Amino acid sequence: FGERVRDALNSALDEEMSADPKVFLMGEEVGEYQGAYKITKGLLDKYGPDRVRDTPITEAGFTGIGVGAAYYGLKPVIEFMTFNFSMQAIDHIINSAAKSNYMSAGQINVPIVFRGPNGAAAGVGAQHSQCYAAWYATCPGLKVLTPYSSEDARGLLKAAIRDPDPVVFLENEILYGESFPISAEVLDSSFCLPIGKAKIEREGKDVTITAFSKMVGYSLQAAEILAKEGIRAEVINLRSIRPLDRKTINDSVRKTNRLVTVEEGASVVEDSFGYLDAPVERIAGADVPMPYAANLERLAVPQVEDIVRAAKRACYRASSLAASA
Amino acid sequence: DSTTLTFETSLPFTSHNCEPPSRTLETTPKELMTFFRDMALMRRMEIAADSLYKAKLIRGFCHLYDGQEAVAIGMEAAITKKDCIITAYRDHCTFLGRGGTLLQVFAELMGRQAGCSKGKGGSMHFYKKDAGFYGGHGIVGAQIPLGCGLAFGQKYSKDETVTFALYGDGAANQGQLFEALNISALWDLPAILVCENNHYGMGTAEWRAAKSPAYYKRGDYVPGLKVDGMDVFAVKQACKFAKEHALKNGPIILEMDTYRYHGHSMSDPGSTYRTRDEISGVRQERDPIDRIRKLIFAHDLATEKDLKDIEKEVRKEVDEAIAQAKESPMPEPSELFTNIYVKGYGTESFGPDRKEIRTVLP
Repeated sequence: FGERVRDALNSALDEEMSADPKVFLMGEEVGEYQGAYKITKGLLDKYGPDRVRDTPITEAGFTGIGVGAAYYGLKPVIEFMTFNFSMQAIDHIINSAAKSNYMSAGQINVPIVFRGPNGAAAGVGAQHSQCYAAWYATCPGLKVLTPYSSEDARGLLKAAIRDPDPVVFLENEILYGESFPISAEVLDSSFCLPIGKAKIEREGKDVTITAFSKMVGYSLQAAEILAKEGIRAEVINLRSIRPLDRKTINDSVRKTNRLVTVEEGASVVEDSFGYLDAPVERIAGADVPMPYAANLERLAVPQVEDIVRAAKRACYRASSLAASA
Repeated sequence: DSTTLTFETSLPFTSHNCEPPSRTLETTPKELMTFFRDMALMRRMEIAADSLYKAKLIRGFCHLYDGQEAVAIGMEAAITKKDCIITAYRDHCTFLGRGGTLLQVFAELMGRQAGCSKGKGGSMHFYKKDAGFYGGHGIVGAQIPLGCGLAFGQKYSKDETVTFALYGDGAANQGQLFEALNISALWDLPAILVCENNHYGMGTAEWRAAKSPAYYKRGDYVPGLKVDGMDVFAVKQACKFAKEHALKNGPIILEMDTYRYHGHSMSDPGSTYRTRDEISGVRQERDPIDRIRKLIFAHDLATEKDLKDIEKEVRKEVDEAIAQAKESPMPEPSELFTNIYVKGYGTESFGPDRKEIRTVLP
């Protein structure tokens, strides 16, 4: 038992297309090729070329067309082969999609999903390895979802497609092939997750670790290591970066009094500063373009030991893993 | 009066990859008089916006349409409100043509509650979705793929309607136009790309920005038509032709040869990159309202005084709308946080000082 993230995404698309004839897919290689990462496998056969649209390699054109179709009331799901390519179309994501409902005082809503792999992949260099969560998360009008497990992938993608606003749905290529246990409830076609709610993946009392996407897995590994040293880490899978579940994060920090973020920590500093027993520790990608060489690449992305080390610092525990710097 | 008048368009159509429509067309006295009134209203509205801007009642950007009225009016005369229109930032008259009111225009320009976007859009962001008007877009060229997307929606929904995506000669050189046109042609989308060629992208003359300023030919495999955009009947004829074509065969480009009397925006006097003689020459020889005025006189449909009276009426309508707009209050501060999302899921949103201003998004 267990389901791969790839299959969870595929079944979510399939079910939402089946439930609502206004949902259609558009992007490079989503149809005959069956998806560059096979997320759309089988859907062309099932729904036909009107609803599974192979596009030329022209992001600005097809993204703009997708947003226009959403203005008209359709529910496009636009696939970027990677979110790096969304830079060719970012004007349509920000200026055409995110702002229209506001500028039109609610006349023109934009029910569209932009999805695809995001973040660091393996060995593909700077132009194909970047996390856009922070970019899109600063844009009012957008919702930004970041699934980690198969349950997340299914529940959040279905929620994104049903949502009346533009959603940036950031997947992770390395997670596509990973299997996660999945319950019968999650496999039910009515299953859907709430947008804006984080999930506590592991409870603990000593330190809170917040993460999204692949870093949730790293954080869970870090929590295992920490447990052996007597530190009980609480791991929060953010799931939704915008809106952010400030309540769950703050509640957890008020319990553990310590925080390590694998991104965004600002709201805690404001809302729960008095509860903190240690400075917030922040683990994030290095402030450099992604290098190609394996050793440098490893240095550029957060590793499990980084999270462990930061958690120990937050708990004022000497770390045998601490770098000599 | 059901008399039919027959005449020819001012100039023949020039076509690319298609048989042009006939130059001969019919109208009625009623249509002529309506065209006169509607264009006079648009002209007056824009002149009034100019004054309001100079009186500092309108802020930010303001792009005026006077000179180009025949395009908006001729297009509307050929289509229905089920057809869609999307345009750039020079959108006041297009909005009025779709049935928007003067009050909605002036209130939006002044950032008031009664504005078509409740004061939250401003000059460049007018919309009227119930009449198929999808904005009002501030980023040059972005509205072209968006318009092709509306056409995608129409075809997908089997609505048998079309979309007119308007852009200027400045946007005509952008890459996204060719990307969207390619896809529209591949998928036979009922998209009509209307290049309103007023010959200057801001202050850059068309020949300084385009290796080939024959915009109706720039679609290559997509048919095109060059139209005298100062002749409302030529515009109407071309749009009717284009709609039929698009429903049957997919996209087509209409290049409307037109002219803006004002500068690009209010900060541009419009005289550094073109001569005053050029502007006055167009006014004297090609003005779209004057052309209709002459036709009305030629067919003895009204006297000089009748038309003066119409112009007076129109002026009064505009003045009344401005007075009403001035009465309309500014938006409530709470509007800052409305319409960010359709569904905000009860999450918190913050002002610059989050301790001072915070709200829960519905």
